[in-house]
Amino acid sequence: MTIRGAAYVAGIYEHPRRDIPDRTLFEIHTEVALGALADAGLAMSDVDAVFCDDTAGFGPMSLVEHFGLRPSYFDSTETGGSSYLAHVGHAAAAIAAGKCSVALITLAGKPRTGRHEVSFASGSDAGFESGWGIAGAPHTYALAAQRHMYEFGTTSAQLAEIKVAASIHAQYNPNAYLPYAVTVEDVLNSPLVADPLHRLDCCVVTDGGGALIVVSPEVARSLNRTSAKILGHGEAIKHTNNGGIDLTYTGAVWSGPRAFAEAGVSVADIKYASIYDSFTITVLQTIEDLGFCEKGQGGKFVMDGGLVAPFGKLPFNTDGGGLCNNHPSNRGGITKVIEAVRQMRGEAHPAVQVPNCQISLAHGTGGSLGSKHGSVTLILGQEDA
Amino acid sequence: MLPAPAPVINSTTAEFWKATTEGRFILQRCDACDIVLWFPRRNCPKCWTENVSTFDAQQTGTIYSFTVVRKGTGAFKDAGPFVIAYVELADGPRIMTNIVDCDIDALHIGMPVEMVFHDTGEGSALYRFRPASR
Repeated sequence: MTIRGAAYVAGIYEHPRRDIPDRTLFEIHTEVALGALADAGLAMSDVDAVFCDDTAGFGPMSLVEHFGLRPSYFDSTETGGSSYLAHVGHAAAAIAAGKCSVALITLAGKPRTGRHEVSFASGSDAGFESGWGIAGAPHTYALAAQRHMYEFGTTSAQLAEIKVAASIHAQYNPNAYLPYAVTVEDVLNSPLVADPLHRLDCCVVTDGGGALIVVSPEVARSLNRTSAKILGHGEAIKHTNNGGIDLTYTGAVWSGPRAFAEAGVSVADIKYASIYDSFTITVLQTIEDLGFCEKGQGGKFVMDGGLVAPFGKLPFNTDGGGLCNNHPSNRGGITKVIEAVRQMRGEAHPAVQVPNCQISLAHGTGGSLGSKHGSVTLILGQEDA
Repeated sequence: MLPAPAPVINSTTAEFWKATTEGRFILQRCDACDIVLWFPRRNCPKCWTENVSTFDAQQTGTIYSFTVVRKGTGAFKDAGPFVIAYVELADGPRIMTNIVDCDIDALHIGMPVEMVFHDTGEGSALYRFRPASR
């Protein structure tokens, strides 16, 4: 059994705000859930499956209670920012198995105006991957960037091109946290956070959230709204491998082929890609690992507008991405799916809408390139793909 | 000196951390499949046997990757720029650590380093590295 064509993304919603001091975490979950349901033309009472990360309370129980639902299926898979892409794949599998027909996936968080702490090392690694002064994701992602530069000659200016491309797109998004274009020089002149990563190599920190509605083909057909067909899903966890970590590649080397095989498509078929962009280096390594270019050639690939929509080699993150638009709850996965669905519907901003966008890819990287992370790849098609 | 906050210690890692207070860095080796383990565990992560033994590891290695954190937080708030790194030990494992007592601008991947111990004052010492003296 595959999930190819077994489910559709019928509703999306991205919270328009980036500072939300006046709402609780759970109120934001409700707001985005109702937004995505309205987008699909469905009601909360139609929901029979709930998916969330483990920042939403006690597994899925708190949120289900909060929503007042009695779902027949639930899942609180937690792989950081890639969780929501995993949820889409898991929802599609559950729908294919007949366990549910309308799945609600929500994300909410308030790292700007609320308390927000996530531990990268809370398992048997505790004490060995913390305590070195690591105070956030930039410090460990920088280790990956430094090694990639050493092995392949990647430069800071090449990493900066990724931010520049995202910023060109962000100009057209009035909700973006940084809605203006920057130059390579702007990135290189921004302060070093953790060598070789500058401040502008890092994503924004925003309050906010988003939601997705994944439905069965029968439900999708009954709706007036255009859906995106789920063609393939692959997931993988890459970790330190018993002291054998290799910082030059990501779990996309495993999740990508799984998704492509299920979808029955190749990289040449991908017209648009939402690539997880916690940092510029995250994008660079992912592009290589998904096979858009040879390993080590990502730096060359992103130069000369390679990522700029609509006519670059691989138009990416047309909402401005996590680098410029939104990284709600320090997790960029749900907005990756949301913008891919906009592209499939032809509803991205006209300046960045990719013409004839029949097949797209969304990829999430949650956790850290510097130690362990969950990689999830989704391939989406237009409704009749 | 860079702050040395005490690590979390549990029943599996107590032997490891006690050794650090004696200036020893111990590693485990699986008696069944002969691989070196990192970090300490009860079961080999390759064959899952509990037949693992410990040995005093060489306290040398090379820098596998590093970053200069420009401004720390928490205990490291006033530390100034400091270095987080992966060091590839002479015995094999790549371990996360700090590089200390160094010229930050002279650091490079592949640089030989040697281990130093920074006492936490709470029954453990952090294993860190400085450029090798020879």
